Amino acid sequence: MARFGMVIDTKKCVGCMDCVVACKTENNVPEGFNRDWITTDVKGTFPTVKMQIRTERCNHCDNPPCVDCCPCGASHVHDLGGVVLVHHDKCSGCKACIAACPYDARFIHPDGYADKCTFCIHRVEQGMDPACVSVCPTHCMYFGDLDDPNSSVSKLLNSRKYRALISEAGTKPQIYYLD
Amino acid sequence: MNKTVSRRKFLKISGATIGLLAASGTVGSLVKKTNAFTEKKKGGVNGIQKIPTFCDLCFWKCGAIAYIKDGELWKLEGNPEDPLSNGRLCPRGTGGVGAMYDPDRLKAPLIRKSERGKEQWVEVTWDEAFTYIADKMNKIKADYGPEAMAYFVHGIGGNFIKHLMKAYGTPNITAPSFAQCRGPRDIGFRLTFGEDVGSPERTDIKNSKCLVLIGSHLGENMHNTQVQEFAEMNDNGGSIIVVDPRFSVAAGKAKYYLPIKPGTDIALLLAWMKVIVDENLYDKEYVDKYGFGFEQFKAEISQYTPEWAYAETGIEPELIRASAREMAKYRPATLIHSGRHTTWYGDDTQRSRAIALLNALMGSWGRKGGYFYPAMMSVPGYPYPPYPKPEKGKVDNPGNTIYPFATEGHDTITNGVREATITGKPYPIKGWFTYGTNLMYAMPNQDETIKAIQNLDLLVVTDVLPSELAGWADVVLPESVYLERYDDLNVELFREPFTALRQPVLDSPNEQKPNWWIAKKLADKLGLGHFFPWNDIEEYLSKRLTAAGLSLDELKKKGIIRGEKKPVYFEEGVPAEFNTPSKKIEFYSLQLAEKGHDPVPKYTKHQEPPSGSFRLIFGRSPVHTFSKTQNNRILADMSDENELWINHNAAMRLGIKSGDYVRLKNQDGVVSNKVKVKATERIRHDCVYMTHGFGHNSKMLKQAFLKGASDSQMITKYKIDPLMGGTGMNINFVTIEV
Ligand code: SF4
Ligand code: SF4
Ligand code: SF4
Repeated sequence: MARFGMVIDTKKCVGCMDCVVACKTENNVPEGFNRDWITTDVKGTFPTVKMQIRTERCNHCDNPPCVDCCPCGASHVHDLGGVVLVHHDKCSGCKACIAACPYDARFIHPDGYADKCTFCIHRVEQGMDPACVSVCPTHCMYFGDLDDPNSSVSKLLNSRKYRALISEAGTKPQIYYLD
Repeated sequence: MNKTVSRRKFLKISGATIGLLAASGTVGSLVKKTNAFTEKKKGGVNGIQKIPTFCDLCFWKCGAIAYIKDGELWKLEGNPEDPLSNGRLCPRGTGGVGAMYDPDRLKAPLIRKSERGKEQWVEVTWDEAFTYIADKMNKIKADYGPEAMAYFVHGIGGNFIKHLMKAYGTPNITAPSFAQCRGPRDIGFRLTFGEDVGSPERTDIKNSKCLVLIGSHLGENMHNTQVQEFAEMNDNGGSIIVVDPRFSVAAGKAKYYLPIKPGTDIALLLAWMKVIVDENLYDKEYVDKYGFGFEQFKAEISQYTPEWAYAETGIEPELIRASAREMAKYRPATLIHSGRHTTWYGDDTQRSRAIALLNALMGSWGRKGGYFYPAMMSVPGYPYPPYPKPEKGKVDNPGNTIYPFATEGHDTITNGVREATITGKPYPIKGWFTYGTNLMYAMPNQDETIKAIQNLDLLVVTDVLPSELAGWADVVLPESVYLERYDDLNVELFREPFTALRQPVLDSPNEQKPNWWIAKKLADKLGLGHFFPWNDIEEYLSKRLTAAGLSLDELKKKGIIRGEKKPVYFEEGVPAEFNTPSKKIEFYSLQLAEKGHDPVPKYTKHQEPPSGSFRLIFGRSPVHTFSKTQNNRILADMSDENELWINHNAAMRLGIKSGDYVRLKNQDGVVSNKVKVKATERIRHDCVYMTHGFGHNSKMLKQAFLKGASDSQMITKYKIDPLMGGTGMNINFVTIEV
């Protein structure tokens, strides 16, 4: 069984938002909304500053509270790769999932359903990378099967120091950040 | 912890507003498409078509592939065959969809109906617009000579109108990209190596082992190939040294960050060079073989110790030494980046020369990981009849007497043309034709631009959007956006030769027309039709391509044809020839000495901001280009206003914090639009920073109108580079009005 995940090399990311723009056009994300976003952490005082820039999105958690809490069966785990998705037609727009997600990854689409990153499953099923990964001019994002020890993502996690975000929330996020 | 997030609206709508949005029936489309587009769709092809072209969101001209879905533009991706994009566009290029679907686009030709600057026009037909323009241009020619027309241009789209202007007979063709941007760099490098770095730059970033950025903020400045290569060299473990008053994105990746006091870069460069020469760290063999005047240079720089430079720059002597040694460790693959926007303080050509000389000490010019020798495909120009020879020379720099190194026949100084338009000297300028450049934002001191415009008998603005400059025009010509038109071929000097095609992927929605059509039709009206002997653009392109042994059909399918790789480094057999008077790399420049300028760069102190004031510096956002993308709804979703970066402590002293709105007031009393504060540890205490291009006051730019503040408005003061006429713009001081 495949388990899809992402590895993001923060050493390379420049925060250019190309990933955000590409997601928007690929998935026709409406004006005023984004499925992915950039966070910049700054520590220290000038000029001794440490900075990390990273691209963030739904973590496609292994233990997804957004799925558990959904009263309509709309939020679900996809057959392929453990990707967390929403059936638009089943979603009532009740926002329970928005409250449950520790990552603030979801929003209500103007058409009334909960929306978020899909790992571009429509592309992945055709053998392509998600739009954000394939546009990134710094090649800092990697997508693949974490269960396959030969995938680029597994190899990176074996060779570099990494962390996931807010892992203490216990949702088992599947996006990993290299320092 | 200081957290910045690019999803303001996303957070905002998770509250109560969402119900309103849903109830009002806002459609979930990315950018609302105009009726014209929806109608077009009906006739369009079903399914997905992929059409290659090249991007125009900036001048880099990345190869792109447009995806058309059921007759509408869906998305833009990089063309994998293109060596500039390598299959990946930058965020602006990806967001090019928003340029096409901008609801505020100019739709029909306009003729002004009230006083200039009031933005009141009547829509006219193209024929009426051309008749109006031709009458005025003929009158100007009769009364003052053809030289009284000036053409201001930016980008490859301006080529056909440029040809028309030459046929009309004016030598005054000018672009802000010289005197307001890369001019000092080009002249500084030309004086040293006999050649400039070109565009796209011949910087071999991907092979460099040590990259030195002086004020260049790659990653925020998104010149696509450069950013890709920057990430690659960083990934390969390359060393990065960043000199910047602001802790830029690049600074966050650097081994050495030098938080320099603005305006003192030459002091640092001189001290670096002294350390490298004193400690014998330079490439002696290279300098002996190719250098001219090294001993004089060495004697001249011997006075500039790191301790001396510390007092000027604020950079610790040990940091100066350590970073100098770091550079030497990796030579010749040490690349001290030439920068691009280099008009800062008025001594910018000398600073660029110092950068060139530091590269010469590293032996990096002509070497792998330094500056390569670019190659180009041979594609002959169209065989046009010869142009009439203007009776008068260029107006900006008569006889090359004022600015000795802004060479006649090469670049023309925009501010020189503006000055002549105001004074009428050395001769009057009575008409401006502009293409693709918003001079209100591109040039310093907007009052002078307006004063010049008031002296004109004719101002024609050609653009896709109603820019501030359009607001002052007599005639506004609406151009098709790049995705709707052919342009001239892109035959560029780069690492490997190529020829790329821009072709229409969809029709224009209204009366917009491509620049080649505008030029040809206006030529007919002016009686200059014989200068356009082709019937349409495809015939023009075909003729040029056939002469080069290429085919338009193939190019239409592929978007780009690559030539054979050629040697690009000395070590690959490129002859080490230097087109300078000595035929060598000029450490000491007799040319400069002859004209009374410093043959070796010297440091001059610049005025510092009075207490309570800050120096205003500006730079780039990764999602915007100049002042032309702020109205793009997709890119505005990424960043819809600029912020005023101010040192955290300085902000505290002023009693302001992040998120507050303030105004700036400059030394001449000009007050800015309100701008959001970003109090941060990422900038020095003596300067404030903002990204360029915001604070639009053209009401017709409905998205961008009054969002953020305009640095251009605050730049009333500028200092002219005596070598080439560039306008140093980082010399304005502001106070903060709470
Ligand atoms: S596109 Fe790549 S470099 Fe740019 S912000 Fe996204 S992850 Fe970072
Ligand atoms: S990040 Fe949030 S939305 Fe995504 S799977 Fe985890 S809990 Fe659900
Ligand atoms: S650098 Fe970006 S905006 Fe410029 S041409 Fe390339 S993709 Fe387009």
